[in-house]
Amino acid sequence: MKLLESLRSRIATLSQRSRMNAELEEELRSHIQHRADDLERSGLARPEAERRARIEFGGQVRYKEECREAAGGTLIESLWMDLRFAARMLRKSPGFTAVAVVTLAVAIGANAVVFGVLDGLVLRPLHVPHAQSLYGIERGNDKAVNHSYPDYLDLRDRNRSFEDLAAYNVASVGLDTGHNPSGAWVFEVTGNYFDALGVQPYLGRFFHGADERGPNSAPYIVLTYAFWHTRFQDDRGVVGRIVQVNKHPFTILGVAPPEFRGTLAFVFPEFWVPLVNQEQVEGLNVLNQRGNRGLLMVMGHLKPGVTNSQAVADLNSIGSFLEKAYPKDDGQMSFSLMRPGLAGDWLGAPLRAFLSGLMLLAGLILLAACANLGSLFAARAADRSREIAVRLAVGSGPMRILRQLFTEAVLISLIGGAVGLWGSMVLLHGLSIWEPLPTAPIHIPVNPDANIYGVALLLSLASAFLFGAVPVRQVLRTDPYQVIKSGSTATAPRRITVRDLLLVMQIAICAVLVTSSLVAVRGLLRSLHSNFGFEPGKAMLVETALSMAGYSGEALPVMQKRMIDALETLPGVKSVGLVDRLPLFYGANGTHVFTDKTTDLRPANAAAETVVYNISPEYFDAAGTTLLAGRTLSWHDDKDAPRVAVVNREFAGKVFGSATNATGGYYKRPDGSRIQVVGIVEDGKYGSLAEDPQPAMFLSILQSPSSQACLVVRSSGDPQQLAAAIKTTVQDLDAGLPFTVRTWNQELESALFPSRMATLTLGVLGAFGALLSITGIFGMAAYSVSKRKKELGIRMALGAQSREVLQAALGRALKLLAIGSAAGLLLGILASRVLASIVYQATPRDPLVLTGVVLAMMLLGLLATWIPAQRALSVDPTILLREE
Amino acid sequence: MTDQAQLLPGTLDLLILRAVSLGPLHGYGVLLRIGQISGNALLIEQGALYPGLFRLVRQGLLKTSWGTSENNRRAKFYELTIAGRRRLRQETANWNRLVSAIGAALGAQSL
Repeated sequence: MKLLESLRSRIATLSQRSRMNAELEEELRSHIQHRADDLERSGLARPEAERRARIEFGGQVRYKEECREAAGGTLIESLWMDLRFAARMLRKSPGFTAVAVVTLAVAIGANAVVFGVLDGLVLRPLHVPHAQSLYGIERGNDKAVNHSYPDYLDLRDRNRSFEDLAAYNVASVGLDTGHNPSGAWVFEVTGNYFDALGVQPYLGRFFHGADERGPNSAPYIVLTYAFWHTRFQDDRGVVGRIVQVNKHPFTILGVAPPEFRGTLAFVFPEFWVPLVNQEQVEGLNVLNQRGNRGLLMVMGHLKPGVTNSQAVADLNSIGSFLEKAYPKDDGQMSFSLMRPGLAGDWLGAPLRAFLSGLMLLAGLILLAACANLGSLFAARAADRSREIAVRLAVGSGPMRILRQLFTEAVLISLIGGAVGLWGSMVLLHGLSIWEPLPTAPIHIPVNPDANIYGVALLLSLASAFLFGAVPVRQVLRTDPYQVIKSGSTATAPRRITVRDLLLVMQIAICAVLVTSSLVAVRGLLRSLHSNFGFEPGKAMLVETALSMAGYSGEALPVMQKRMIDALETLPGVKSVGLVDRLPLFYGANGTHVFTDKTTDLRPANAAAETVVYNISPEYFDAAGTTLLAGRTLSWHDDKDAPRVAVVNREFAGKVFGSATNATGGYYKRPDGSRIQVVGIVEDGKYGSLAEDPQPAMFLSILQSPSSQACLVVRSSGDPQQLAAAIKTTVQDLDAGLPFTVRTWNQELESALFPSRMATLTLGVLGAFGALLSITGIFGMAAYSVSKRKKELGIRMALGAQSREVLQAALGRALKLLAIGSAAGLLLGILASRVLASIVYQATPRDPLVLTGVVLAMMLLGLLATWIPAQRALSVDPTILLREE
Repeated sequence: MTDQAQLLPGTLDLLILRAVSLGPLHGYGVLLRIGQISGNALLIEQGALYPGLFRLVRQGLLKTSWGTSENNRRAKFYELTIAGRRRLRQETANWNRLVSAIGAALGAQSL
């Protein structure tokens, strides 16, 4: 109803206003008529009388305007009039409007997208009650986020600062609901997980701490809402149903509410299982091993009134107790608090750094766009100087004109902002349903909310004020009489104007963006060609987790050998090897090793921290890893034979001092066992592409069984052709075993993903910056040529060569381009240090990069000034001089 | 003439109120009446009157009605409201006080 009433009063005001205008018109006319009557009475002819009366009256337009103002139109009315006028003006120059709107849309859209990602991933707290008191626990100086189960129990029982501490782990299992067995990603959680978080079930019930009665005692699962929807079609009868998880029966207890998707912002599990059933879920039970830290993450709500520092002190006291009590397993035990949801510093810190860097760059783009629009606006104002002069002369105050110019600016930026916002919504929606890594349930939850609208609106208004302010000084200094006499604002050509500064700033920003993009691309190319330690080409991977089909213990190596043998017989297969975890696959398992002479096996005395892989003997062959010395493992190195291992060169250097001493030497593992080195292989990349060389050791699966198995099948020809044959072979071996087959290059996508994303984003931003610069330079060059046509015509008539004409017309623009590029290049080099943390091997002082930037800017300049140069050269002096 | 209207908005208003106080007038009539009562010593540009009239209407000191003038033309007539009358009284008193004070100051000097 309020809407109706306001509409009614709006219409009433409109009709009132037109009525008022008509009355005013009539009244003034009547006045003039009365005066004419008097003049007529004094002897003048009627037409003469009326003419005289009109002159005596004075400027009707102005007085009508003043009457309207005096009658007190509301602010809204005059704003509305300004808006309509602005819209009309913008419609008159569609080219300018289109360019301005597109420029702003792109700039504001970019900012909105980056902010949306920042908001969705970093700023938004988890969907649990009282999220602000929820903290995760990090360990040690390198802020590790993983803990061992016994450590967790001690932290939980001995602390006095947390209401409760829960822990969780990510795992993948095989789920069989009666038909269509498939893999699923789950969280293994402690019994008190849901209670500690304060989440209530949507359907059915949750499991609780009381349900934990020892290993494998709680065969329950809780479904996520999304999984219940997609897999069980919202069937309310699932509660109480029994399903097979890794061929073990588990009961579905209930369904979690729709907004709760676990405690890791970017990983969406399908259901939750109790951690105590780890053996059934993962195929092994490490819950008693204090030194085994896996992926267990710990978090909880702080008690009310407890500050962060108090909690940290409390945890640290528990830590020092643990250090003393369990010196072998617990090294440095200091703790700190972190916001859960982004896995602390493993993902959280680099992501935050990257997003902040992106926001900065996007802000720079917006600034450049404003500079661009500012100079366009100033040029427009200069063109309208005649109109402005006339308006000033008939008595309009300068404030009125400025208000009207500002309205135009605001209108443009609101439209541009709206378009940009719409674009960013589309992009963000696409991002939120995108699964960047098909093998993992990783999502980017960036559903847009009110914050983004607010940010877009703020940016639009801020931009409007920024670029709307540029012509202000110019308008205020306009002398109407001078302008009308001479035809345009006379400017001293040698002075540095605001527009020059704006253009330089724009070009500098573009140069920064181009530099960053080139640095990123170069870094990516270098990382692609660095030595991985294996040959991904021509290799197929068969990834399975045998625990999913119920294999464990002794059955594992047997089944694994069967698979290797079966696959080796396929035609086109050169060799088949097995490894428990692929290198560069979400990090690697690590452990400490000690020299043979060490007796006190405390972590502090370790000779090296190394990654561990459990392999079959043919692995190096299949993976293409070069053996440098000694021999590889063999099938004779089984569980009854002495413990042996193959290590990489880095390991040999760290533990034995040099590669030559290593072969045949012994080293110790934390459990005291001695292992002999039988061979040395080349170094490679294990955790991530950007890591420094690190030690690695390779154990035999016969001596160190693992339920995870990734078979590497090296083919002599195109690996894709083997895919079908591989699939049938594995299925024949065991129909209930879930597995995936893909080429190693495809698998590497996930490792390269962060650098690739970074490069793509920076490349896009660089392209935006370049586009803006081109329009800026083009605008200035075209404008200067068109304004100086007369001068150019005279020069040509006086016999100037094309080169001199071009120099006169474009010299200024090109000089600014050079200054801007130099400044931007310098800034870009400084800024690229930031990039080096994200993009592998990004060295900004690379001569290729520097040359590339210079070339790029020169190309930009060429492109931008091409058309104005043609225009300048095609000036025909005779026509021109006759025109003016 | 332009300057006059802008420099003395307050006094113009006073003159208008005075002119209208003697009876309802249309715009042109107000102009003539001001000329009359000031002995033609004060000249205003004709159009400058109207913003002043509108201002006074907005402030509630004058009210308007359409009618027929002595020349048989349609015109808008202005007359004082009660508030207008009160304002006229106040402003006249203020003005007289001001004038006599200045006059006394000047008179004392010009001996």
